[in-house]
Amino acid sequence: MGEQDRKGEAMDVLDLTAVELGRQIKAGQVSAVEAAKAALLQIEATEACCHAFIQVDREGALKQAEEVQCRIEDGSLTGPLAGVPMAVKDNLCIKDQWTTCGSKMLSDFHPSYTATAVECLKQAGAVILGKTNMDEFAMGSTTETSAFGPTRNPWNVDHVPGGSSGGSSAAVSAAMCFYALGTDTGGSIRQPSAFCGVTGIKPTYGTVSRYGLVAYGSSLEQIGPIARDIRDCAAVLEAMAVWDVRDSTSVRRKEVDFTQALSADVRGLRIGLPREYFDGELDPETDSAIRYAARALEGSGAVVEEFSFPLVEEAVLAYYVIACAQASSNLARFDGVKYGHRAEGCQKLHSMIKKSRTEGFGEEVRRRIMLGTFVLSSGYYDAYYLKALQIKTLVSQAFARAFERFDILLTPVAPTAAPEIGKFLENPIRMYSQDKYTVSVNLAGLPALALPCGTNRRGLPVGMQMIGNYFQEKTLFRAGYSFERMRDYRKPDIGEVIRKGKSYSKGVKMATVEKGKG
Amino acid sequence: MVIGLEVHVELATKTKIFCGCSTAFGQAPNTQICPVCTGMPGTLPVLNKKVVDDALAVGLALHCQINRHCHFDRKNYFYPDNPQNYQISQLYAPICRDGFVEIETEEGKKKIRIHELHMEEDAGKLIHDEDAAGACSLVDYNRSGVPLLEIVTEPDIRSAGEAVAFLEKLRVILLYLGVSDGKLQEGSMRADVNLSVREAGSKTLGTRTEMKNLNSFKAIIRAAAKEKKRQVDLLEAGKPVVLETRRWDDGLGTSYPMRSKEDARDYRYFPEPDLPPLEISDAWIERIQKAQSEMREEKVARYEREFGLPAYDALLLTESPAMARLFEETIAARGQPKAVSNWLMVEGMRLLKEQKMEPEQMMLSPVHLAGLITMLEKKEINRTAAREVFEQMVLYQVEPQAYIEEKGLRTVWDENALQMVIEQVFAANPQSVQDYLGGKERAAGFLVGQVMRAMKGKADPEKVNCLVKERLQGAFGIPELNRLFGDGLIK
Repeated sequence: MGEQDRKGEAMDVLDLTAVELGRQIKAGQVSAVEAAKAALLQIEATEACCHAFIQVDREGALKQAEEVQCRIEDGSLTGPLAGVPMAVKDNLCIKDQWTTCGSKMLSDFHPSYTATAVECLKQAGAVILGKTNMDEFAMGSTTETSAFGPTRNPWNVDHVPGGSSGGSSAAVSAAMCFYALGTDTGGSIRQPSAFCGVTGIKPTYGTVSRYGLVAYGSSLEQIGPIARDIRDCAAVLEAMAVWDVRDSTSVRRKEVDFTQALSADVRGLRIGLPREYFDGELDPETDSAIRYAARALEGSGAVVEEFSFPLVEEAVLAYYVIACAQASSNLARFDGVKYGHRAEGCQKLHSMIKKSRTEGFGEEVRRRIMLGTFVLSSGYYDAYYLKALQIKTLVSQAFARAFERFDILLTPVAPTAAPEIGKFLENPIRMYSQDKYTVSVNLAGLPALALPCGTNRRGLPVGMQMIGNYFQEKTLFRAGYSFERMRDYRKPDIGEVIRKGKSYSKGVKMATVEKGKG
Repeated sequence: MVIGLEVHVELATKTKIFCGCSTAFGQAPNTQICPVCTGMPGTLPVLNKKVVDDALAVGLALHCQINRHCHFDRKNYFYPDNPQNYQISQLYAPICRDGFVEIETEEGKKKIRIHELHMEEDAGKLIHDEDAAGACSLVDYNRSGVPLLEIVTEPDIRSAGEAVAFLEKLRVILLYLGVSDGKLQEGSMRADVNLSVREAGSKTLGTRTEMKNLNSFKAIIRAAAKEKKRQVDLLEAGKPVVLETRRWDDGLGTSYPMRSKEDARDYRYFPEPDLPPLEISDAWIERIQKAQSEMREEKVARYEREFGLPAYDALLLTESPAMARLFEETIAARGQPKAVSNWLMVEGMRLLKEQKMEPEQMMLSPVHLAGLITMLEKKEINRTAAREVFEQMVLYQVEPQAYIEEKGLRTVWDENALQMVIEQVFAANPQSVQDYLGGKERAAGFLVGQVMRAMKGKADPEKVNCLVKERLQGAFGIPELNRLFGDGLIK
């Protein structure tokens, strides 16, 4: 077999969705090892340009694949995801594996425990290829704040993949893995999914255990899948939606058989379009792509209606107050005392802590810690944090009213498609304001899905968001699945990524570390 | 002098407040830790419900209002004994508020109001190793996450004596509830004293200071007196008292400022997002109330009523629940209340003092004690022997019957045997016999003592007394006396 042929075969496997691959592995058409090798080959080809990973564990992945293959063959592993190679955002702990959160602060941290969500997937037979790049401590919307360098969007490598789960969305989009885990504090699964033309869901708060997720905004964030389609998302979420005694905010849910909900039937589904989300700031192309999608759903029997949804701008402010406040406390543990970066040459304890934190954290993280520290300070708590909590309550109430009338809300994910690299870093306030369509969902703790609904003139994907009521992921999956049937599935031109990568690898210094340990 | 107390009580739960690690004391450093109580990234706290049970029990015993919707808050500050650099505590909605404790003062009963009671986690321990090469500091996280209750009083206390009375009362309550041993010396109870002074008759409170590091009642009394004098001296010299936290040095008998209001920490409290609000149902409170054992006041009243004990006995016996339990169980084993009370109060307390023991360390079995008392009543042994047996029972849990047989402590009732000894004693002490016969009644006591001594205590003193008197008064005929004491003695 010539090299060309082998590549061709590998590409075939890579065209499969996670569930399709799982089915083929189960049927003995492909082995888990072959699938892992195909994904690793793809990573090798695209990573130099995309830089979606902080760590690729080649040997570990192949070893896992062999073990999983044995268990599939002896019948002890039967789930739909058994043997499917995937990637994990680097703010999720995996025992004895390097976990960085995209920060210099944790450039040598190896947890002694595995995140529950990852554990669930391992039990389902996941083969973990590595840890994906992210904005430092998930603080950012572009994956540019990573201490390990930015990730590039496979659709156009001059553009960002979104963030903070940009490594995961880029990896899925470039077929470097079949699905990936992301985390969503204010839109960090949905926005990169939209920017990279893939599908991601932030489940209802409490659905997936946060144990082992290095916390940013504890009361806002959830772990969720980023995948190629709705079925994959449903299958991955189904495997992770497990009540966990170690996370007191995790919920005992009934009916988490999300894959059973996938019928292409939206007849009578009441869809609300919040008028305020389709405002002057929304890029006209995105606007029309979503309205087009709405009409398509209407054509399939859904009832679409515009309505007024308040507090869009206020939600952004409340979100940043709450997220930064919690972050300032959550990130206090990184002090150079027990683990993580420790500054050299300090004589006094507090100067060591100060210097370690100044050196270890990047600019955006320091900004948010300072902002959070400020809003919690005595004399400001009532004016900022308490007020933000009040807005959170009002937003939840507004959603409750909306869900009296509608089954799902259809909205944009971001005002535009993926911006060019470097564009947002100059103006953080502008970056924050881009989150206005996603953060309300986190304030309320609702489930929301992001899925592609077209591409713009520059060939970049446009995504849309479906917001559901509490625990109504099935409704979201049904709507998303129905829409998916009506659109063409489009992929980025990986050949272009590979070509660009060859030229980049000369000029750009890549921070990828193959093996974090040691 | 106006005092308010902030008391930290270490709860005696088996596991920590937010993880499953053991709370056992005195283990090797960092052997009772896990990712949660060392604040590793990604870990989350899970509330130990037993801590809530204990907090509710104490809150109810302190007559507090229970906050049905309480929650935890984060108290943020950087210090390496605190692995997350925040402490999970309660500020905005503590579990209990507005209670009181009634204490006895010279002027009678007085209520000290409780402002609040809340739950929180303890920090680790820093060890500063000055001797190590390049002196370093070490952290032991074994204590990190050990559950604490913080009890804050209103400024209702007017003397160090009242403060001590409050703490003693609180300790007994904690012991009765079985939630803590409440020992100041060992740090399972720590009290900070907020103290201010004001002119007699003034209604407004003066500026207060907070005194830390008070490890005994004696330290509290000394520190309060010193601090009062310091503040009065300042005010009389026209200088202000500074609002500050001070640390008491018991060795030097003086305090020094730790930090003033200006550099007071801003703890940036906010609700703990990792723990859902705690909803306390009626059923939960009811369960705690039902499980609540009889408190000291109730016991005192019942002992007086049911067992006819004097108030003094009842108070003394109920000072610790262990002693009260011994008393009640011995009575249940058919001990006579007053006799049991006497044994525990007199011999028991003497032993505790001598051996520096706590009541719960007594090995005494109630059934054995009841048996011993019965034997004493039946005069199978005498009081001296009984004391020895009691001591053995308390210290080594010996079985009294077996011990008595083994040591031959059973009282000798055989008159012939006793008579023989009496004869020997009389022969050895003619002068005493002569004294008695000469009218010195007290000489008989000496002779009885000598007989008891010769019997090594294994005789009934009353019986011996009787026999000696009989022998002295009636049984001696003149010839016999002459034989005993020689001719010419009796004319």
